[in-house]
Amino acid sequence: MTCEDAVKKLREAFPDSIHEETQFRGETSLRIAKSSLRDICLHARDRMGFDYLVDVSSVDHFGQEPRYEMVYELYSLRNEFHLRLKTEVSEDDNTAPTVSDIWPTADWHEREVYDLMGIRFIDHPDLRRILMWEGYPYHPLRKDFPLEGKTTEMPGVAFSEPAPLAGGPFVTIPTDGTTQVREPRARHAGEIPSPEKFLAEP
Amino acid sequence: MKIFFKKICRIRHLHDDANDGKSIRPRGSNQAMRKFRLAARKQENRVSRMSTTLSPVAYDGKIEGNVIFTQLDAAINWMRSHSLWPMPMGLACCAIELMAASSSRFDISRFGAEVMRFSPRQADVMIVAGTVTYKMALAVKRIWDQMPEPKWCIAMGACASSGGMYRSYAVLQGIDHLIPVDVYVSGCPPRPEALLDGLMKLQAKIMKEHSVTEQKKELLENL
Repeated sequence: MTCEDAVKKLREAFPDSIHEETQFRGETSLRIAKSSLRDICLHARDRMGFDYLVDVSSVDHFGQEPRYEMVYELYSLRNEFHLRLKTEVSEDDNTAPTVSDIWPTADWHEREVYDLMGIRFIDHPDLRRILMWEGYPYHPLRKDFPLEGKTTEMPGVAFSEPAPLAGGPFVTIPTDGTTQVREPRARHAGEIPSPEKFLAEP
Repeated sequence: MKIFFKKICRIRHLHDDANDGKSIRPRGSNQAMRKFRLAARKQENRVSRMSTTLSPVAYDGKIEGNVIFTQLDAAINWMRSHSLWPMPMGLACCAIELMAASSSRFDISRFGAEVMRFSPRQADVMIVAGTVTYKMALAVKRIWDQMPEPKWCIAMGACASSGGMYRSYAVLQGIDHLIPVDVYVSGCPPRPEALLDGLMKLQAKIMKEHSVTEQKKELLENL
C-alpha cells in the first residue's frame, strides 16, 4: 500500500469528514472535522497500519477564527509512509478529543499542548501541566502572551517575574532588511546599525 | 599555622608538578632554573601571607614545640575553607563542566572540595550549575534550606548568575533572586579552571569571616 492508496481509502471511508487534502514536498496533509477525529484515527491505526504517532502539536492562528489548530503526525512503520492530520479548534470551545487511548504516547504530548496552549482534551486520563508548574495561571505559547512572561505571585507554590528583554538580544524586528538590521543586539537597541560596525561578518 | 599552610602549599605545588610541571619547568640554564625557583618561592610566600590575614601567628618551632597560638576565628576558618563539601546542583550543561572539575584532569580534591554530597544535610557549599527554571527554583530553594549552617553558594555560569541567554517566561533571572550567592563564576559554560578559581575565591572569603560571632554573642548574653 502506498500513501496515495491510504489517503484514497480514508476518503472513501469518511467522505464527509475530510475537507481538504494538500501535498507539499511529498507529504500529505488532511484537514478533517474535529467530531470525527477519533473515528479517523482508530480507522487509520487498525485498518491502515498507522501504528506510530510521531508528534502532536498545536498552532495559534491569533486573530483568525477558528483560532487554534491541532496537528497529528502519523507514520506507518509497516508501510513506511507518513500522514498529517489537521483539525481546527475554536477559541470559545477550546477542547479536542483525546487520542491517548489510541496511541498511548499522546498522553504527554496532549499534556504539553494543554500546558502551553490551553487546549483541553476530553477524556484525557491525567490532564495536568507538564512543563510549567501546577497553578501557573497562563498558557505561554499563545501569541498574545509576551515572551518575557508575566508576574505571578503564589506564596509557597510558585512565582515568576517578567524577564528583562531590553529591546534585545534575540528579538527580531519585522523588516525587509538584512540579518544585521532584523536582529539588532542589545548594544544597538534604538539605533540603526550600519554595516561598518559588523566588519567581522561578511 | 604558617607551617601548615606552607605544607599545604608545598603539597599543592607537588600536585601541580605531577600534573603539568614538566611542561612549565624551564629546561635551560642554571640562571633560568634559579629564576623559576625564586618565582615559585614568591608565589608560596604570597599564598601563605594571604591565608593568615586573620592569624597573626608568631610560631617558632624551637620555643613552642608542638603548641601553636592563633585566633579561634582563623583556625576555624582554615578548617572550614579547606574541606568544603559541595552540593552539586547540576541543572544543565554547566554540570558537565562541574563533573570535569571533579575528574582526574582538573581534580577539585586538590582544594578539599571533592566530597560531592547528594544529601544537602551533609553539604557546605551549593554549586548551582545550570539554568534555573521557575519550576525548579523552589526545589533549589528547598534543598538550600535543608543545608546546615554555615553554608555558601557558588553561582556557576551565566544562567545561574543572571538567567544567561534565557530571557523568557520560564527561567529565573539569576539564582540570587532566591538564595544568597557568595561567588559568581562567569562563562557559558565556565571551564573547570574558572570553577576552581571561584572555589579559591570562596576560600579566601571564608578566611575573612568572623566564624564565632554568634557563639560570642550567646556567651555574653549568658553572662
